[in-house]
Amino acid sequence: MSVSITIHHAVKRFGNTVVIPDLSLHIHKGEFFTLLGPSGCGKTTLLRMIAGFNTIEGGDFYFDETRVNDLDPAKRNIGMVFQNYAIFPHMTVRGNIAFGLRNRKLPADQIAARTEEFLELARIKEFADRLPEKLSGGQQQRVALARALAIHPNVLLMDEPLSNLDAKLRVEMRDAIRDIQRSVGITTVYVTHDQEEAMAVSDRIAVMDKGVIRQVGTPRELYHRPADLFVATFVGRTNVLGGVLRTDGSGRTVDVGGARIPLDTVSGSAADGPVQLSIRPEGFVFTEPGAGQLQGVVERSLFLGEKTHYQVRLRSQETVEVVQDSQLVEDTPDGSEVTLAVKGHMVNVFDATGTASLMASGG
Amino acid sequence: MRIGRRVFDLWTLVGLGILAIYVAFLAFPLFTIFKEAVAGPDGTFSLAYFQRFFGERYYFNTILNSLKLSLATMAWALVIGVPLAYFYNFFEIRGRSVVQVLIILSSMSAPFVGAYAWILLLGRSGLMTRFVRDTFGWEMPTIYGFNGVVLVLTLQLYPLVFLYVSGALRNVDNSLLEASQGLGSRGLGRFVRVILPLCATSILASALLVFMRAMADFGTPLVIGEGFRTFPVEIYKQYVGETSQNYGFAASISVVAVALTAIVFLLQKLVALRFSFKMNALNRIQRRRAKPLAAVLMHAFTYLVVGVSMLPQAYLVYSSFRKTNVFGNFVRGYSLDSYREAWRHVRRALPTTLTIGGLSIAIVVLMSILIAYMVVRRRGVINNTIDTMSMLPFIIPGSVVGIALALSFSSGPLVLTGTMVIMVIAMCIRRSPYTIRSSVAILQQIPVSTEEAAISLGASKLKTFFRITTPMMANGIISGAILSWVTILTELSASIMLYSAKTQTLTLTIYVLVSRGTDGPASAVAAILMLVTALSLTLFMLLSRDRDLAI
Repeated sequence: MSVSITIHHAVKRFGNTVVIPDLSLHIHKGEFFTLLGPSGCGKTTLLRMIAGFNTIEGGDFYFDETRVNDLDPAKRNIGMVFQNYAIFPHMTVRGNIAFGLRNRKLPADQIAARTEEFLELARIKEFADRLPEKLSGGQQQRVALARALAIHPNVLLMDEPLSNLDAKLRVEMRDAIRDIQRSVGITTVYVTHDQEEAMAVSDRIAVMDKGVIRQVGTPRELYHRPADLFVATFVGRTNVLGGVLRTDGSGRTVDVGGARIPLDTVSGSAADGPVQLSIRPEGFVFTEPGAGQLQGVVERSLFLGEKTHYQVRLRSQETVEVVQDSQLVEDTPDGSEVTLAVKGHMVNVFDATGTASLMASGG
Repeated sequence: MRIGRRVFDLWTLVGLGILAIYVAFLAFPLFTIFKEAVAGPDGTFSLAYFQRFFGERYYFNTILNSLKLSLATMAWALVIGVPLAYFYNFFEIRGRSVVQVLIILSSMSAPFVGAYAWILLLGRSGLMTRFVRDTFGWEMPTIYGFNGVVLVLTLQLYPLVFLYVSGALRNVDNSLLEASQGLGSRGLGRFVRVILPLCATSILASALLVFMRAMADFGTPLVIGEGFRTFPVEIYKQYVGETSQNYGFAASISVVAVALTAIVFLLQKLVALRFSFKMNALNRIQRRRAKPLAAVLMHAFTYLVVGVSMLPQAYLVYSSFRKTNVFGNFVRGYSLDSYREAWRHVRRALPTTLTIGGLSIAIVVLMSILIAYMVVRRRGVINNTIDTMSMLPFIIPGSVVGIALALSFSSGPLVLTGTMVIMVIAMCIRRSPYTIRSSVAILQQIPVSTEEAAISLGASKLKTFFRITTPMMANGIISGAILSWVTILTELSASIMLYSAKTQTLTLTIYVLVSRGTDGPASAVAAILMLVTALSLTLFMLLSRDRDLAI
């Protein structure tokens, strides 16, 4: 019952504004796929094109082999969960879940049985006969999810479903969504601007910016090997530093922050010259002075319990953020001189414009 | 919902249909009026009527009088309504709910019925006039003329100000008041500097509504105005022809009147723009106990206003049980004779009223739902035109609607004069804006995703509209429909030019009885109309409460 989704050269315009210039994408059957990007990047627009609520100005959309461009949304067999839940306020929870089943003209006993099944799956059975306005945000979102899944859709589409919930509930609900999606095994397209949420739920993520997909990959790939500087800065926190790539007797090195550090993960075809580096805050380690290490002064530190964040000014006058496990006694107070070692695999090198990664594939 | 590329679908047809209705029954009649107004006796173009109107003091004064009357009524309604709303929402007033019900009730009768009751009380041979004269030997100031009209209309219309401003005050967040108090503003200063500006939009909107209603009111100046002539009365007199019928002249007065109301409407829009902002209260204002002296004064003010505005209706009910002589005038003692006599009229007028009213409200509700959907969800040239046209009746006085329909459908391809159809059309045109506006307002608050959710669950667009959109709009539709229904029941200014013996409603019956001077039966029919209004209001309330519990 699940389908794969293939998009060829999709174009979306509102009037004269081009929102999506040319976008292609393949989403596997049964996959939890997330469209991630800042607001206005076109992720919701793309989702609504898949759903059929937005017109398609160009390209082809396929569910498996079927072209759906001109198919009415009511006939696409999609389950959709909206940011504001879009629960029918004049129907009970049970009525909401049964609504889609009634539209399919199933026999009454089957409707009742399936409604019951999904009330249980979403753990909202105790509210079944209440009106939705009496429910909390999290409970309403469970109703929306159960309602969307009860019709056994081919695809589940979710548009920022957690953004109206408070932080704690958000974590609880995203686990619930992930569990339910796994147990049903349905192809899911999920839209969010929250990269942590995206990483927590997704099999794969497409990072979008200005209507263009910058990278598609697993959460791990995006975090450790971002395709460009935009992805590197959008997914997780990072330090961007200027540097110069060199080749000498022992191999490739990079001059950064007033030091020269060896780098064996750079692609062999990358030319020497100016580059941009992305180093995650946890890619630095406080260490003893030595060759290939960066010198700096702690300007400010922030104790956050498990971790401590330091703002360090390097010799090159660039500042970087460094994250270390917290110590029982703070031994690097503000103003102290520190030496930073760099974990080679936490470094990503991009060309001078930041648009292409210079890392060896699979590295 | 923007779905697919099908620009032309069922809704386009509905839009064109509704546009056709507005063109036929609003644009065409208005055009007819304009044509009549600029046609000379021999049918050629002529501005003679306008020259006569502006040239002769007598006629020009009717417009000036209307303007004066509307401004005075508006001012008094604000002076009474705004403080009343402030006291009611900021302080503990004993008997809150009764006070509110009475305020609403006092706005729900036909204004001329109120005028008539005041004449029974304070007129030349009114109860109180005679009492004061016999007991103290004093003469009461006259109730006839300008002052009487303003008194009656103010008592009739201040509830609109009260309701609008109360609505705005409910959206003022308590923290705004605490902030202003923290900045050293309290009491009267705070009321003037903070609270009034926060409610400015609602105050302006209610002021406009009061102005328009006062301007267009026909029955009150006719009954109590005597020498004080206003233009709706003049239009009527020119139309029915006290001396001789003059349709063209009546039409030209109408054109001037509509031009005037349009200017006032646009001015209000312009001023309101400066105050437009959105408010939404997280914490509503906490009502508190006023200091003893202030509390006494507030209670005195509130009870006095409510008491005085209920007085005419209470007195009418009382007089309906008084004994009358053969001419229908009151004599000593009590009897049910007035009701026996009234029943002869009510027996026919009640079914007529309910048929015309029921048909009209059904059409109004249906049109409002469709128009709201098209205006909010499917903007476009046709629907924007419908939006504007549906607001037009708001600024067109009832007398103008009456004469426009009468002139347009008395000859030509569609002859409707004297039929029930033309009465229903007049009611729908006059009273639909209330329901349309409240339907539009509520639909704007319903996120479109709810409808998309229904469609994604496999519901057709039609099913989504009827099973999801319409039920969600129910409360807004009903609250507008209540206002439309009550004003349909009490409609006089347009229907007086359109009715025939077969289509005489309860309100028209009261008018006929009043003008014949048969006080007893007139009071009895008025009392019955009050009962019908109260009963139908209760029914509406039950209906809207049921909605909340449904399914």
